[in-house]
Formats: sequence, C-alpha cells, structure tokens
Amino acid sequence: MKRFKRSPLFWPTMGLCAVLLFDLIFLPGFFTIQLKNGYLYGRVIDIVNNAATLMILSIGMTLVIATGGTDISVGSILAISGAIVAQMLGPGQTARTPLAVCLLVALAVSAVLGCWNGMLVAVVGVSPMVATLILNVAGRGIAQLITGGQIPTVIYKPFCMIASYVPGMPLPFSVLIVILMFVLAELYTRKTSFGMFVESVGTNATASRYSGINAVMIVFLTYVISGLCAGVGGFITTSIIKAADANNAGYLIEMDAILSVALGGTKMTGGRFSLGASIIGALIIQSLTTTLYAWGVPPQVLPVVKAVVVILICLIQSEEFRGLLGRIGNGERKRAHA
Amino acid sequence: MKSLRKILGLFLTVSLAFSLSACNNGGGASAAPAPSEASGGASSEASSAAAAKKTGKDLVVGFAQEGAESAWRTGETKSIKEEAAKRGVNLKFSDAQQKQENQIKAIRTFIQQKVDVIGVAPAVDTGWEEVFKEAKTANIPVILIDRQATGVDDLYATFIGSDFVQEGKDACDQLAKAMGEKGNVVILLGTTGASAATGRTKGFTEQIAKYPNMKITKQQDGDFSRQTGKQVMESFLKSDSNIQGVFAENDDMGMGAVQAIEEAGKAPGKDIKLVGCDGIKDAFQAMVDGKYNASVECNPLLGPQFFDACEKLANGESVPKWIKSQESVYPASKAAEALPTRTY
Repeated sequence: MKRFKRSPLFWPTMGLCAVLLFDLIFLPGFFTIQLKNGYLYGRVIDIVNNAATLMILSIGMTLVIATGGTDISVGSILAISGAIVAQMLGPGQTARTPLAVCLLVALAVSAVLGCWNGMLVAVVGVSPMVATLILNVAGRGIAQLITGGQIPTVIYKPFCMIASYVPGMPLPFSVLIVILMFVLAELYTRKTSFGMFVESVGTNATASRYSGINAVMIVFLTYVISGLCAGVGGFITTSIIKAADANNAGYLIEMDAILSVALGGTKMTGGRFSLGASIIGALIIQSLTTTLYAWGVPPQVLPVVKAVVVILICLIQSEEFRGLLGRIGNGERKRAHA
Repeated sequence: MKSLRKILGLFLTVSLAFSLSACNNGGGASAAPAPSEASGGASSEASSAAAAKKTGKDLVVGFAQEGAESAWRTGETKSIKEEAAKRGVNLKFSDAQQKQENQIKAIRTFIQQKVDVIGVAPAVDTGWEEVFKEAKTANIPVILIDRQATGVDDLYATFIGSDFVQEGKDACDQLAKAMGEKGNVVILLGTTGASAATGRTKGFTEQIAKYPNMKITKQQDGDFSRQTGKQVMESFLKSDSNIQGVFAENDDMGMGAVQAIEEAGKAPGKDIKLVGCDGIKDAFQAMVDGKYNASVECNPLLGPQFFDACEKLANGESVPKWIKSQESVYPASKAAEALPTRTY
C-alpha cells in the first residue's frame, strides 16, 4: 500500500475513484452491466469504449510532453487518418481496397505527419506549440479535401467492428487495441533505454546531449509515435460513428489529451512520465462526461461543472495544495486546543 | 532595393498562380480560412461603368460561410458556388470553420475589399452588432443566411432561411404520427446557443402540448454531431428504458442515435421512432432501411434565392425582411422516391 501511495498512479487513481464513488452514491444503476446478445452492455463499458481514442492519444502525448514539448495536431491527424480509411474502403458492403491496406496507408500518412512535426520541432527548432499548430489548422482542411467536404459513411462490417464487438468477445474490440498499444509503448519505453532518454531530454536537453544522447532523434521519435497514436485513434473514432466526419472527428481532442497527461501527473515542463497514469487521466475525463450525461446536467452548465471538477482533481494532485490544506487543518486544531 | 523588388515580384507571381489554381477548382471545398476567389467573374470595375441595372456579372459578393460541419452545410456551399458561377458573380468565399471570430474577420476583409453585398451564415446568434455596424457605415448590405442573429434588426437587409420554430412543430407532428400520439420522447438538442437549436426546441415543445399522451422525458446537447449525438443517446437508453420516440434536432445526431439504439439491442424506427431535421442523404437511406421515421427538411440549396436578393439590393430595390426558404416534410413513405435525387 505504501509503495502504491508513492507510485505515480496513486493520485490519478484516487481522482478516478472519487468520480466513480459519486456515481455509486448518487446514480443508482450506473455500474449495472448486462449481457446483451453475448456482449457486455452498460455505462462502464461506454466509458471504456468512448475513452479508447483518448487513451491511445494520451500515450503519444505523454511521451511528447515528457520531452518538454506538446502536440496539438493530433485531432487533425486523427481526422485525416479516418478520412483516408473511409475514402479507401468506399461506401459499399464490400471493401474497395483490402482493410489491411487501408489501415496501413492511413498509419503511414499519420507517421509522415508525425515526422513533419518532429522535423520542425527537433531539427528546425520551432517551438512545439507553433510547429504543431500548423497541422492543427491545416490538417482539417486536408481531411476535408480527402472526403470532398462530405461525411462518407462506412458500412463494411470488419471495419465497423473496430469500435464495437467482434463475435465471441464480450468486450468492445477497441479495448483490446488500447491494451495492445499500451503494452507496446510500455515495453518500448521501459524495456529499452528509450523511456529513460526521453525523461533525460525532458529534464535537461543540453546535459543529455553532452552525455551522448541523440536528443534530436529522441524528440523526433516522440512526435512520430504521437502521430501514429493519432492514426490509430482515427480508426476508432471513425468506426464508432461508422462515418468519417472530417470536421468534428477529434475536434479539440488534443486539449483533452493534454489534460489526460496533466491529470496523470506528468509535468508540462517535461521529465518523468507515467503512461499508465495518463491512461487513468483519460478515463477520468470520459467518466466525467458520462457521469454528467447520466446525471442529466443541463447542457448550458455542463462545461462549467466539468471545469470545476477538473480543477479540483488537479488541486488534490498538487503537493503544495495538500500541504496548504494540512496546515489550515492543523491551525484549526491548535486554535481549538487554546 | 533591387532585392526587395525581386521578392515583391516573386510574391506577386506566386499569389497570381495561387488565385489561378483556385479558379480552376471552384467546385471543391475551400478549406482556407482566408477568403479565396471561387469563380472567375468579371472585375468590379465594369460595374461602375454601367449606370444601368446591375446583373450578376457586375456583382462582387462576399460570403462568410460558417463551416462544413455537416452534409447539409456542404450542400449549401455547393449551391452558392454553383449559382455564382452560373450568373458570373465574382464570389469571395470564406470558410470560418465553425468559429465566429473567423467570420467577423472575413466580413472585415470583405468591407475592405468593397464588395457589393455580404452574405453570412452566423455561427452563433449573438455578438454581431459591431461588425454589422461597420458594414452599414461602409454602405454594404448584409444578408443573413439560414440562421438568425439577435440584436441587429436594423443592421441587416434581409434574412433568407427557414422558420425553425415551424420545423420543430412539423417534426413534432411527424413524431406524433409515428408514435400513435403517445409515449415518452427524448430530444437530442443542437449546439447550445445556435438559433436552429433554440427555434426547433421551442417549436417542438409548443406543439407537443397538443398531444396530451406524449411527454418529453429527457433532453441533452448533442452538439449537432454524430459522435456526441450517439454518446448522449447511449446515456439516455441506459438511464431510462421507457423511451418511445427521439427528436434529433439535426439528422447527423439522428444517425448517431440510430447506431446507439441498435447497439442497445432495440430496433430504431420500430421500437423507438426517430424524427430529425435537415433531410440529409443518409437519413433518407435510413428511412428506406426502415430505421428512421421522418425528416423535416430545411432546404440548403439557397444559392438562387441568395443571388436574387443580392441583385435586388445592389440595384437599390427593396426586399422583404424575411425571405422564407422552401421546405418540405419527408415521412419514410416518401423517402424511397426522393433518395436518388438527394444531392447532399
């Protein structure tokens, strides 16, 4: 328990538990899970399925932020990836191009876009916010060019299954993708020296370079990974609504991804990171949305309630704030003694 | 100095090439936030030469489109661009990507370019006083398209668009018919603050009072998009199994709701009736498949009516304050014959 309390997962998990505890007390039936046609069905499943894209994006975003950067182009890359797949598959019952080819092409394009970001930031030295702003703005235009300004619908079954159910598996398939991505990223960052290099570059890029770390390459790679994550996120988002909505797919999701990382406790200035904690951060955001829908919060005040809860969770995570609370508590106790 | 001139020359060449290439693909969706030439019409100089009645060829019209968030919106854009090309109007088109500040910027650019008429499809219905006043000072009439703006009654020339309140009422009647005039209804609201959402909600809630056995049990913002619409519907279905009808304030949210209902193991269009607005092609397909019950269309093909009004205004003729666009109600029974003719 003590070890868990010191782990980076502790406070994010507490935040998630707080939201879920609220649901348990005030929203009866929130945790009900039914078996429908052999698939699990319930709000908790919705949370996991709807958070799948955000969880995957937060993996890439964590690495980028750990180097001291930020990537605000992921929403647009996601839209491009979705648009490519939808356009290549075509509107029919059968695929115009084999699904695997479509996915690979979309992934390749996402990686290229990631390379573009990485090149601007790591090689040219443009500040990350400005460098990724280019694709943030232009990316949606590109996605719209690909779809011809329409919202192409996809009814090809295997693709629709990505964000829904595969026969014989009670959980949504997207959950499997998240787990796969997480395990791959965790292995790559923790079983090779890559993770340590990322933290080192984020803490002090100059010192890292003097100690022989190829800082340019490390930073470059994190943007490529972020681009790839956005590409995979594009598959899920497109599959959820079975259509590529170039304008709304992943709109402002980069902000939620950054927030996930912040809720996960990774410092915005870079340095130590935890992929697991960011994933929990993503789950907090989605549980909050689902909770507010379930609670029936009027749409006009929904963003305010969301903001207040997020601020509270961030405050609780801050050591200074907890110290302050402790001091106030102690002061009151002393006064009571006197 | 020499190098400066060289740079200037290069810049001019590039911008010329750009505007030429933009002319060639006038039909495509323009994604750049800055105004771009959409059709190669006659220059505005010709208009000052002719004191006689102005026609399409003499007009320079700026159009600040709201975005391309739905099939309906792209249908509208297409109609305006096509009509401009047909009449030879010099159209300056700007896509604001759903942001009001971009539209305001575009309108200011149009004022500087001294266009004859400005058209705008407001992203939200407040906050237009300042920029409309600037247009009025510059003596450029403003035409509102498909969405109203509040607090600017004396600042715009005319509003071309549908009666959202009437659409809400029509949708309610359709839903009542499909549900046998009884049952619980949930509403997927449009983006909070948008006049389409406000008007449709008003019309629907007023009309439902006429059906004593129908009740609105839940309503939530679905942001006019498929994904949010789907998420909200998922949530409705889980908190309340007693839902017989859905009113989606646009068809895109309706399409999301259809999927959510299917995933909940119910039959959309049968167990739960759905009625939406806009009449997009996918909704017609869903009606043919028996998954959707009706769509109230507010016609996006406003191009002809828009440029008729532009020509009148440019000639100093008066136009009515509200030009109602043609609309129609499509129940599922009419969907099959209409589907092949749907363009958006």
